[in-house]
Amino acid sequence: MFYSFGRYILLLRLSFRKPEKFSVYWAEVMREMVSQGVGSLGIIAIISVFIGAVAAIQVAFQLVSPLVPREIVGSISRDSTILEFSPTISALVLAGRIGSSIASQIGTMRVTEQIDALEIMGVNTPGYLISPKIIAGVTMIPLLVIVSVVLGLTGGYIACVVSRDIAPTDFIVGLQNGFNPVIVTVCAVKSVAFGFIITSVCSYFGFYTTGGALEVGQSATKGVVFSCIWILFGDLVISSLLL
Amino acid sequence: MIEIKGIYKSFGENEVLKNISARFLPGKNSLIIGSSGSGKTTLLKCIVGLHEPTRGEVLYDGENFTEMDFEARVPIRKQIGMLFQNSALFDSMNVEKNIMFPLDLFTDMTRAEKIDRANFCLEKVNLKGKNKLFPAELSGGMKKRVGIARAISMQPKYLFVDEPNSGLDPKTAILIDDLISEITEEYQTTTVIVTHDMNSVMGIGDHVVFLHNGEKWWEGTNHEIAHTDNKALNEFVFASKFMQAARAKL
Repeated sequence: MFYSFGRYILLLRLSFRKPEKFSVYWAEVMREMVSQGVGSLGIIAIISVFIGAVAAIQVAFQLVSPLVPREIVGSISRDSTILEFSPTISALVLAGRIGSSIASQIGTMRVTEQIDALEIMGVNTPGYLISPKIIAGVTMIPLLVIVSVVLGLTGGYIACVVSRDIAPTDFIVGLQNGFNPVIVTVCAVKSVAFGFIITSVCSYFGFYTTGGALEVGQSATKGVVFSCIWILFGDLVISSLLL
Repeated sequence: MIEIKGIYKSFGENEVLKNISARFLPGKNSLIIGSSGSGKTTLLKCIVGLHEPTRGEVLYDGENFTEMDFEARVPIRKQIGMLFQNSALFDSMNVEKNIMFPLDLFTDMTRAEKIDRANFCLEKVNLKGKNKLFPAELSGGMKKRVGIARAISMQPKYLFVDEPNSGLDPKTAILIDDLISEITEEYQTTTVIVTHDMNSVMGIGDHVVFLHNGEKWWEGTNHEIAHTDNKALNEFVFASKFMQAARAKL
């Protein structure tokens, strides 16, 4: 375990060496941003709307009491969406979508000697292959989380309109009541950290793939599993430190 | 000139290369031959720096490549072109971008100049007009030729070729051999080819190094092979009835 962690740190250090040519790396960053950001928009939109709706329905179900104001459903939905559902659930889904793609892409390049070809040319392969993915991850995943928050709350509102358990106006009032800006900070820190974890951990597993097609699949699986574990661990650490 | 001195390479307990020394001269096709598992590709990877030798030195024009760190190796690596066994073309790029990739990274050429250079390299390998095709759309022989075009795009001083004829029909294999030989002669590159194809050995082997069980067992020219009394080399070269008949006619 210590060997793997040391190798991971060394790989990260190599990834952020001075680029051979900035323009070539920049083009890669842009390509990755489109692939990770625009490519994941659909799945994030779908899960966010559903999770937001389910969260509102479940909170309303648990808090049916004449002693509890109806607006509280909006407040709890907002806080749980911003603090947990959007950053963490989105990150777990993105680990599957982006992470497996990164690990299998780099792993395939390794087993088909494309990485060797880059090294022979004198290219710093971790820098060229991994740093654009990490930069794209820590910029696009927070943006996706913002989209997820907006759509999650929209989903909650739609659930109120459809189910009629809570009046939509109560939900809106609840969203505005007792807002603490620190939850936005926590959400932002989580999404950047999770973006880094997904891209770097999956790149690591892809980069050190050996063998053939079977091992590429195994690397992708390991990358996703370890990313999920580190996301949940990071979630715990960030929540306990910042809240 | 490339010189290797006393190269050893082990993977754990398994010693793959044992005390290999040789010199590869400019303008000559140097072939490393041997049966499967004899250490040919490992030796090639040690020479180009993809593997670090356990012991020994690799010298590029007198400069000790083995002792250099990553940064120090970059100027030498810019002078290296390599064709891989499976061509190792970048799947996400079309033919033109594959060839232009090293030019993008290491030169200040304008886009028009880079396209001109790519076209020149493609013409050299008889693939004019195939710029926009992707690797998945190419046949095995075409991939090899694009690999050669990419390898020569930076006008390399040293050319390395790993199993150029594997998976190719005899006619295409001869075409690839002739192409490599032509490039070696025209650009006076130091060319090192790993192969177990006897047609290549007899056709373009100016200098042949024979490996057996990780050791150098024989060194000479392709003309000398027919008259050698080295038992292991004879068993390797004249394994087929066709080669035995050809030898009998000599």
